[in-house]
Amino acid sequence: MTLYVASGCGGTGRELAPYADLGALGGFVTRTLTLDPRRGSRLRISESPGGLVRAHLLQNPGVDRFLTHEMPWLAQQGVPTWASVTGASLDDIAAVVRRVATAPGLTGIELNLAVDDPAALRLHDGSTPKGAAAAVRVVLDALPDNLGLHVKLGADVRRLPALARAVAEVGADALVVGGALPASLPNGTPAELSGPAILPTALRAVRAVRDELPEFPLIGVGGVTSAADARAFEAAGAFAVQVGTALLHDPSTLARITAELEEQS
Amino acid sequence: MTLQATADVRASERIGAFQHVTLAAPGVVETFRPGNFVSIALHDGSHLSRRSFWVHRVRSSSSSGATIDIVVRPTGVGSSWLAGLGVGASVDLIGPLGRPFAQPKQAVPCLLVGEGYAAASLFPLAERLVERGCPVSLLLAADTAAEVIDGLDVRRSAEAVTIVTADGSMGAQGTIAQALPGALQRSGASVVYAAAPAASLHAVAGISEQHGAWSQVALEVPQPCGTGLCHGCIVPAVGEDAIAHRVRACAEGPVFRGDRIQWGLL
Ligand SMILES: Cc1cc2nc3c(=O)[nH]c(=O)nc-3n(C[C@H](O)[C@H](O)[C@H](O)COP(=O)(O)O)c2cc1C
Repeated sequence: MTLYVASGCGGTGRELAPYADLGALGGFVTRTLTLDPRRGSRLRISESPGGLVRAHLLQNPGVDRFLTHEMPWLAQQGVPTWASVTGASLDDIAAVVRRVATAPGLTGIELNLAVDDPAALRLHDGSTPKGAAAAVRVVLDALPDNLGLHVKLGADVRRLPALARAVAEVGADALVVGGALPASLPNGTPAELSGPAILPTALRAVRAVRDELPEFPLIGVGGVTSAADARAFEAAGAFAVQVGTALLHDPSTLARITAELEEQS
Repeated sequence: MTLQATADVRASERIGAFQHVTLAAPGVVETFRPGNFVSIALHDGSHLSRRSFWVHRVRSSSSSGATIDIVVRPTGVGSSWLAGLGVGASVDLIGPLGRPFAQPKQAVPCLLVGEGYAAASLFPLAERLVERGCPVSLLLAADTAAEVIDGLDVRRSAEAVTIVTADGSMGAQGTIAQALPGALQRSGASVVYAAAPAASLHAVAGISEQHGAWSQVALEVPQPCGTGLCHGCIVPAVGEDAIAHRVRACAEGPVFRGDRIQWGLL
């Protein structure tokens, strides 16, 4: 089974390197990047049993600062790097992809369409089959042939089958299925729930897409903390999993899962 | 080098409002520098945020081996759990983490300003500065006497110790902001090191600048992971390039130059 660092959960890569052999992973997915920096206020995170609740305003330094300050180290270390991207419009998405695609060492793009309220975050709405297909089309047009494309779709099982089909018809190397669920911080701020608490919902999401697209490569994400969890995603139809929140709790999680998987095989 | 290890509790003692917990941590002791912190995870499978703690004392060899002391105010789930651990219990410990205090090249007079448990981080610094021949003065503040941090050895080696409490139960009644100008004058300090809640650090940065002193502040903001992975402890700060950035308290901090933080945006 292939392991990835989930978007936004591996710092800049450097901070995770002491605990995991990043070069041996399927990939390191960056936090989601936009054309311009998005500052927002502090990314507030609170605990919920077995999970973290996080106000997500897509804070990021913008694609240019990522390219000058973070990507060079990842490339130098030989980390298979997937840039997670989104944008306010189709033009913005195309522009981010064109910029980031120039980076030596990049492995591919993870187009992040798993945003719960795109309008509130001033983002192109990729939550409908039409909106998703349009976004994937502009990415493919901007993407050099040597780079891969993963599309992150979220965990809404009622929308997933149609969404996945629309994206698969335009074309992608894999779909990232599952991920954080819409939630609320105690003070009412819109947020997302991640961590072990959401694992069953992510498994269901993977199964929903597997039923719709029996052959398409799927990457599961949501609540993975062990090799057994990774195997559960495999059984649901995924060839790989991403690990997110578990790293915040224990940065050695990837090394542990790798060892557990090797022991079992 | 930052290390992750299972650390045994070697001692645990209640002093005033705080639990002083001694942990066996050879890896931390080796590379620790004042201003670094450590991060501890709960083991219950339910609470996923790690908890960050300042290091109050570092011993490379004692009857319990290489240990660090942390000072815990039992207020929430994690701190109460940690404060309640008995000798022999073990925790998942990562450290040392974060950027330490920059120490002066010359033996200049230094003023160390701490409030509540955060003042813990100043004690290893005081020791180091005294070793380097810097005259060290301390200004310790707290709400009440019970929250004035214990640390007699360091207090003895200081030129002067000023204590203020909000309720006047120990030392003079007052706050850091009120006591700092006098302490700066008496100490003749050209460098101020501070560890306290953000509002007090803001005051320290401003007052130090007015007196022509450099300030370095150890900032405590909520840190969901403590290891730099989550970007959940963002601080608005002006970088070496004079451009405002959002940086992580745990990775680019927790120690910052006082004049570099955009306090109004914090
Ligand atoms: C601190 C944090 C930051 C995240 N940032 C992003 C992001 O920028 N883009 C994204 O697509 N997902 C982001 N996520 C979601 C994760 O990539 C992942 O889909 C989700 O947390 C579920 O997996 P997990 O339960 O293993 O964490 C973030 C999650 C966390 C906890």
